[in-house]
Amino acid sequence: MRLEYRVAGRDFQAAGGAAAKIKRTLRQIGIDAETARRVGIVAYEAEMNIVIHAYRGTIRIDILPERVNIRADDEGPGIPDITLAMQVGYSTAPEDIKEMGFGAGLGLPNMKRYSNELEVKSQVGSGTSIIAVINLPAKEGS
Amino acid sequence: MRLRDVARILDAEVLTGEDKLDLQVEAGCGCDLISDLLAFTKERMLVLTGLVSPQIIRAAEMVDLAAIVFVRGKRPTGDIIDMGKELDLPIMCTHYPLYESAGLLFTAGLPGWRDWPRVVGGAQDAP
Ligand SMILES: Nc1ncnc2c1ncn2[C@@H]1O[C@H](COP(=O)(O)OP(=O)(O)O)[C@@H](O)[C@H]1O
Ligand SMILES: [Mg+2]
Repeated sequence: MRLEYRVAGRDFQAAGGAAAKIKRTLRQIGIDAETARRVGIVAYEAEMNIVIHAYRGTIRIDILPERVNIRADDEGPGIPDITLAMQVGYSTAPEDIKEMGFGAGLGLPNMKRYSNELEVKSQVGSGTSIIAVINLPAKEGS
Repeated sequence: MRLRDVARILDAEVLTGEDKLDLQVEAGCGCDLISDLLAFTKERMLVLTGLVSPQIIRAAEMVDLAAIVFVRGKRPTGDIIDMGKELDLPIMCTHYPLYESAGLLFTAGLPGWRDWPRVVGGAQDAP
């Protein structure tokens, strides 16, 4: 099963809406609460990074028998130094965004923490892709 | 601790979730940044915050928090209350500042999340 949502940069009204829909859908189709939570948090941080740092993008979720794949692609400025961006507390969010409660520099670390695999690809001047994998818990008896 | 006790101790106004006041909360956390909330809370926790934003409610939904308390006399706007109602998420507000609110609840027996992640993002921290 695949879910796909468009995300608009700077649209703080709609921000977080895709992640909310993703999490609700996962619960509706019977995915356990813990996995839904982890997917929700990773999708939320990826969505907010598009809203805050990029121009526009998409979030795509693929639900497979053993795992959930999350992919966020955006058109935006890209990330010049991914190792630096992954560090706790590193943020280039402007002051007005920080006043809204963002820019803790914890988004990428949170994505890493809540996923089993995380890949960040970026091209400066073009855009960024986040690819995360969250494993589903092993089914009992298998 | 029940949400009813939280409301009494903080002399809080209950804005949504009046019907859920018998719900038990296991721990509390105070935070004013969205990513901090996502990093330092987990399901069934109570969050005290001075950040009045719809994004607090979105983040609360992602983590399955038990309830939100807005501190320092900050009142959430109508859209925030509507989101709380839609999600069936209890929302309160108290005139106590963050530190005092946390202290009152802690003293009354509501702990923090004892195993909060010491190094967020570190390899040792993988779930
Ligand atoms: N999609 C993106 N496009 C461009 N830059 C990004 C993107 N995501 C993250 N970044 C860069 O990486 C930094 C760290 O990201 P993150 O850990 O989510 O913290 P925050 O969003 O709070 O700044 C950002 O401040 C920004 O400079
Ligand atoms: Mg971020």
